Amino acid sequence: MPLVSPPAAASPAAAATGAARAFGERRRLQLLVAAAVFGLLALLPLVVHNAYLRNVIVLTLLYAALAQAWNILGGYCGQISLGHALYFGVGAYATSQLFVGFGVLPWFGVLAGGGLAALLALGIGYGCFRLKGHYFSIATIVIAEMGLLLVHNWNWLGGASGIQWPFGGDSWATLQFARDKTPYIHVALGLLALTWLICWRIEDSRWGYWWRAVKDNPEAAESLGVTVLGSKLAAAAISAFLTALAGGFYAAFVSYVDPDSVLHFRFSLLIVLPAVLGGIGTLWGPMLGAAILIPLTEFSRSYLGGSGSGLDLMLYGGLVMAVALLKPEGLIRLRLPLRLPGRRAPRPTRTEAP
Amino acid sequence: MNHDLILQARGVTRRFGGLVANDAIDADIRRGEILGLIGPNGAGKSTFFNLLAGALPPSAGSIRFEGRDIGALPATRRCALGIARTYQVPRSFESMTVVENVMIGAFVRHPRPAAARRAALETLEFTGLSRQADTPTRQLTPPEKRRLEVARALATRPALLLLDEVLTGLTPGEARLGVELIRRVRDAGVTVVMVEHVMEVLMPLVDRALVLHLGRVLAEGAPREVVRDPGVIAAYLGDRHRAA
Repeated sequence: MPLVSPPAAASPAAAATGAARAFGERRRLQLLVAAAVFGLLALLPLVVHNAYLRNVIVLTLLYAALAQAWNILGGYCGQISLGHALYFGVGAYATSQLFVGFGVLPWFGVLAGGGLAALLALGIGYGCFRLKGHYFSIATIVIAEMGLLLVHNWNWLGGASGIQWPFGGDSWATLQFARDKTPYIHVALGLLALTWLICWRIEDSRWGYWWRAVKDNPEAAESLGVTVLGSKLAAAAISAFLTALAGGFYAAFVSYVDPDSVLHFRFSLLIVLPAVLGGIGTLWGPMLGAAILIPLTEFSRSYLGGSGSGLDLMLYGGLVMAVALLKPEGLIRLRLPLRLPGRRAPRPTRTEAP
Repeated sequence: MNHDLILQARGVTRRFGGLVANDAIDADIRRGEILGLIGPNGAGKSTFFNLLAGALPPSAGSIRFEGRDIGALPATRRCALGIARTYQVPRSFESMTVVENVMIGAFVRHPRPAAARRAALETLEFTGLSRQADTPTRQLTPPEKRRLEVARALATRPALLLLDEVLTGLTPGEARLGVELIRRVRDAGVTVVMVEHVMEVLMPLVDRALVLHLGRVLAEGAPREVVRDPGVIAAYLGDRHRAA
C-alpha cells in the first residue's frame, strides 16, 4: 500500500512534543485533583455524624456515579438515553435475586447485573442506534417502560411487591449495615471513583475521541475511519455496566427492591439531570451537578413537605430551566476564579493578526 | 491490470428513484495526478464524488481502487484502504480543538492517542495550521475550516484524496494559498480528485479534467483541450470562453 508520509520539518516536531507534554501534564493534574477530592470525601464520616445527613451523602455519591456513568453514553458519545432506569433496575434486581434466591454475595451479584445490563445495552443499541436524536431518546423511554411492566408482572421476581432482603448481621460480605451506614459512604465513593477513573482513562483513548466525533458529526466521523455503530455500542455497554453496578449497590443499601423503586421513569430523569446541570461530556460536571441537585432535593423533600407535594420536582425543573437559559453547557463551564483544570478551556486565538 | 491507474470506474450508475444521477460513468484516475471533476449544476458531480468516497453505494457498475472492487465497502473501510474526502460545507467536530479534529483522522494509522497526536501535529504543520492547534474549532475562520477539512483527511494518510469544492468562496489570496497546498499534497505523492465550480482557479491546477453533463461523461482530457471541446462549451462554459 503506497501510503505517503507528509514531510515534516524538524522544528514542528519539537513544538509538537511540547504541546503533547503540556497535555500530559494537564491530565496528571486532573488525576491529582481527583485523588484529593476523593480523599477528602472519604473523610466525611469523621465530620458528619448525623444519620440523616449520612444518608444524603450516600445518595449524592450514588447519583454522582450514576450521572457519570450516563455521561459516557449521553455526554461523550451524544446518545441521549432516557431509559437508564432499565439498567439501574437490572443491576438492582439481579443483585437482589441472586442474593435472596441463590445466596450469591452482592459483590458477585452486582458484577452479574452489570454484565447482564451491558449485554442488554448491546442488544437495544443494535436496534435503536439507527434512530437519531429525539427518536433514539423516545425509543429508550419506551423500552425502559416495557422493562417496568415486565417486572411488574413477573412473579419469579416478586411481581409488584418486589424482593425484600433478609435481615442479617452487619457484614462487608453481604453489604448489609443496618446500624451504622458509614460503610455505604465508602462503597458509594469507591463506585464514583471507579466511574470517574474509567472516564478519565477513556477521555484520552481512541474510544474517547471517537465518541466525541460521533457526537459532533457522525457522517464526517465515518469518512475518517470511525466505526460509528461500534463506538455507540461500546459506550452503551460501558455506561450500562456501571449503571447496573450502582443499581446493585442501591439494592443492598435499601435492602429492598420493587419495580417502582428502581425501574420507574423518575430514575431515568434523576440519572440524567445532574449531568445536564453540571455539564455533559465533562469529567467533573456530573459530580458537580449531583452535589447541588441531590442534597437540594433531599432537603426540600424533608423541609418543604413529602415527595407527594411535588415541590422538589418543581425545584428540579426550575433549576434545569435556569441552566438551559443561562449556561446550556452546564455549571462546570462557569468561569470561576478557581477553575478546575479542564482541557477544553478556551484559549485566546492568535489568528487575528493581519 | 494497469498499475498507473489508482482507481477505475466502469459503468457506474446511481439512481434516486426515477432520476438517473450517474449513468454508466467510465473514469480512470491516474496515480499521482490532480484530476478536476467539473460540470454544470445537476451534472452528477456530487453523486459521483459520493460514490467514490463511499457515502453512497452505486446502483450498478464497479469501482476498483488499487485493483480491488470497493463498490460495496462503506466509507469507514475505504478510509482505511486509503481514500479520504473533504466536505464542501466543512463538517468540523465543533466541540474539539483543531488538533483533536485531526487526531480523529490520524487514528486510522495510529491507534494510540500519543502517536495520533504527534501525527496530527505534523499534519497541521504541513497544512499551515500549527498555530491554531489548540484553538477550539468553532473559533476558526471559514478558510481555516476548509484547511482543517484537508488536514483531517490528510491525517488518514490517503493514497487518494477527494476534495469537494475546497476553493469555492475563497478570496483570490486565500484561493492562491489553497492551490499551493493542493500542489504540495500532490508532490507528497497523493493523488487528488477535486470537484470545483471555479474554472479559472481549477484549470491551471489540474493535470486532467473530467467533464460530466446530465449524469454522463461529456469530455475527458487535458484542461486546454477540454475547454476547446465544442460539446463542453455548449453545455457548460458558454459564450464567454468561445472567443478563447
